[in-house]
Amino acid sequence: MDLTLKVWRQKNAKDKGHFETYKVKDISPDSSFLEMMDILNEQLIAEGISPVSVEKGCKSSGPVAFDHDCREGICGMCSLYINGRPHGPDNEVTTCQLHMRKFKDGDTITIEPWRSAAFPVVKDLVVNRGAFDEILQAGGFVSVNTGGIPDANAIPIPKENADESMDAAACVGCGACVATCKNGSAMLFVSARVSSLALLPQGKIEAARRAKNMVAKMDELGFGSCTNTRACEMECPKSISVAHIARLNREFLKAKLKD
Amino acid sequence: MSEKLISKIPEGPLAEKWTKHKANIRVVSPANKRKLEIIVVGTGLGGASAAASLGELGYNVKVFCISDSPRRAHSIAAQGGINAAKNYPNDNDSVYRLFYDTIKGGDYRSREANVYRLAEVSGLIIDQCVAQGVPFAREYGGLLDNRSFGGAQVSRTFYARGQTGQQLLLGAYAALNRQIALGSVKSYPRHEMLDVVLINGEAKGIIARNLETGEVERHGAHAVVIATGGYGNVFFLSTNAMNSNGSAAWQCFKKGAFFANPCFAQIHPTCIPVHGEQQSKLTLMSESLRNDGRIWVPKKKEDVEKIRKKQIKPSQIAEEDRDYYLERRYPAFGNLVPRDVASRAAKERCDAGFGVNETGLAVFLDFKTAIERLGKKTIEARYGNLFQMYEKITDVNPYEEPMMIYPAIHYTMGGIWVDYNLQTTIPGLYAIGEANFSDHGGNRLGASALMQGLADGYFVLPYTIGDFLASKIQVPKTNVNDPAFDEAEKAIKDRIAKLFSIKGKHSVDSFHKKLGHIMWDYVGMSRNEEGLKKAIKMIQELKVEFWKDVYVPGENGEFNQELEKALKVADFLEIGELMARDALNRFESCGGHFREEMQTEDGETKRDDDNFMYVSAWEYKGESSEPELHKEPLRYEYIKLATRNYKD
Repeated sequence: MDLTLKVWRQKNAKDKGHFETYKVKDISPDSSFLEMMDILNEQLIAEGISPVSVEKGCKSSGPVAFDHDCREGICGMCSLYINGRPHGPDNEVTTCQLHMRKFKDGDTITIEPWRSAAFPVVKDLVVNRGAFDEILQAGGFVSVNTGGIPDANAIPIPKENADESMDAAACVGCGACVATCKNGSAMLFVSARVSSLALLPQGKIEAARRAKNMVAKMDELGFGSCTNTRACEMECPKSISVAHIARLNREFLKAKLKD
Repeated sequence: MSEKLISKIPEGPLAEKWTKHKANIRVVSPANKRKLEIIVVGTGLGGASAAASLGELGYNVKVFCISDSPRRAHSIAAQGGINAAKNYPNDNDSVYRLFYDTIKGGDYRSREANVYRLAEVSGLIIDQCVAQGVPFAREYGGLLDNRSFGGAQVSRTFYARGQTGQQLLLGAYAALNRQIALGSVKSYPRHEMLDVVLINGEAKGIIARNLETGEVERHGAHAVVIATGGYGNVFFLSTNAMNSNGSAAWQCFKKGAFFANPCFAQIHPTCIPVHGEQQSKLTLMSESLRNDGRIWVPKKKEDVEKIRKKQIKPSQIAEEDRDYYLERRYPAFGNLVPRDVASRAAKERCDAGFGVNETGLAVFLDFKTAIERLGKKTIEARYGNLFQMYEKITDVNPYEEPMMIYPAIHYTMGGIWVDYNLQTTIPGLYAIGEANFSDHGGNRLGASALMQGLADGYFVLPYTIGDFLASKIQVPKTNVNDPAFDEAEKAIKDRIAKLFSIKGKHSVDSFHKKLGHIMWDYVGMSRNEEGLKKAIKMIQELKVEFWKDVYVPGENGEFNQELEKALKVADFLEIGELMARDALNRFESCGGHFREEMQTEDGETKRDDDNFMYVSAWEYKGESSEPELHKEPLRYEYIKLATRNYKD
């Protein structure tokens, strides 16, 4: 497949940024989107070795920086905004699991970073998602130390609850929910953690405190409020349900009522 | 044996060693813990669990990871499960049985005492994870579910769908986050350790590069813990994450830490086959699939041809024309033989011309029988996400047609040599998880990597490191202006400047791919003397070429992924050579290491216990000298050595 790529280039957080246009050739439909990006970068590196103009009158800024790691759809590192959608046109996949067979020969593809006030651009397509870590540090845990723990089977947990907890725990922390939300809200991300723990007896003990502290931290870090449009659920590579947002709201209200 | 290779295995009966050892080692009082600093490099299961546990104990911990968040570490990708000798299913499992299976699975090349301790603490890990809110799979009665895994005849594997590694890591990461919030741990994401700093022969800190700014930083401590995983990416194509690398461990080696059993690399039998030259990485399909999936190739070559040409679908091949070769060769374990055995059997069939895709390098993993027996719904509940992932990648629906799989590099059993306390040959330098060599011998059993990472981080290191630190309570904080730091920092800066100055004609990846081909062809699933000698020569030549002709774009003072890669590949070139050297030395077949010269008539591995029942521990002797081999003899007091038998 031959493709035209419009790629966001930004030297660092302070730079204004701009699009550059590149062409790539002979891409296998079985390649993943990130393998296509590898090929683009090899091409841009080759150009650095012996300079040729990319498009007439336009010189590229070297290889494109993009985050990626496991390439198995689980680490949550990859974060490309492709043709106006986080992780591109396929559903229920991260960018690394998006394959080129989802595109047509001759297509033009626009590639941008996550755009959200809470995720500043580091370089090109790479953003800083440290805000997610900070939200989880505010309460996304069960306060137990290592050791001195009762036997794992001491507390039976209904299978349905464990399963639903697992549904929420499948969140990979990629940030697609924030990137797609008009308000840049992190409600789906926060609710996934709150809900996953609130469904288990181990997590219930601190449920109120957790919900309150995580929501407060989310607000403090500049994430917007929920739009109720469910775009986050649509774009979530792990199909995390907005039902978890409802549970977060319940936990949050319960906590507030106690205040 | 080198005087440095003292394994410090406690005296006494096997089952009492760890308890006695804990009673004998020193502890640090809470008031003194506050004065001590520990650096943990890496935030996978080992690093995150260690950093969190050490923070809880009251030490001052600094934790470093190369990703934007500790949660991205590659432990997250482990799918199938974690072993523990809980005996919940009442199928006669025990600490001893898990210990025995692990030693046998490792083909009698690991230490009895270490492995017994691992089995002993395995149950505590499950308790800990449940308390953290890890949503393990459960039965309708509310209790935990188990499944079986390769190399075992009991069901002792706990799991959270096909995302067990993710859930365990999120548990450890949550514990870590709690300590970060409490201030006992300081987190340094997007930081890569580039060197370990020694003062008077002890590890006193690290040099790290801030990957966002390029700044080279100095960090001091009273002890340094390496938890940076394995070096499987030396093969370019592997199931490891793209950023996984062996550099931190390699810098330790170059500073004097011995490197053990480098040639023991695990080839995982169930990966999605290579699609072509544009491939960047291989995807694993969990070993748990072998619980219900049956592995086969056609019996007749003409059927193979038709499948390759897509004239018929695999599902159209009649039952009697299928060769379920694992069930045929290993009736007792069938599709659940250990990974090395399953991998070699696949290679054997493909080499014989029965590979089922265009490249001839694939076999089938078929769920037809299981779907007939259990129904599609049950299979979906067990493996739904794996089936979906397979379909996304290959465009084939595995509920209808069998999956295609082929072996790929997955894990490295070798690593930094450590004693029973997980301390390396450098005082104050520890290595845990996949980064060390200690528990898996020549082959690791499925669902045991998660067990080892968490055992080391939660329940072993927090005890053993106290024994060392107890002697440091009077030692002030490390002075990062010490000449040793100046020297280390200068060496790193020079190395980086050198890489930029080459301005050669070839990209970093092109060298990495070449190295990968050499490794796979000569140091892969099957090795021989001639090939290994050739590989050593080729890698040395490639290394010279790399330092003459690599092109690294950009500059140091920025986010520069090409520079990061260049630093890693420079080390991979040296790690690859040591792997080949170790494989050449080990003239026996054992676990994942298969020397063609040493095989039985029916192609099984032939160990040589008389001559090779040792850990090979390599010592760095400088750029221009060959590394020196030291041998730590292995003693089996409780287990009778036997030829691994999975046939009956």
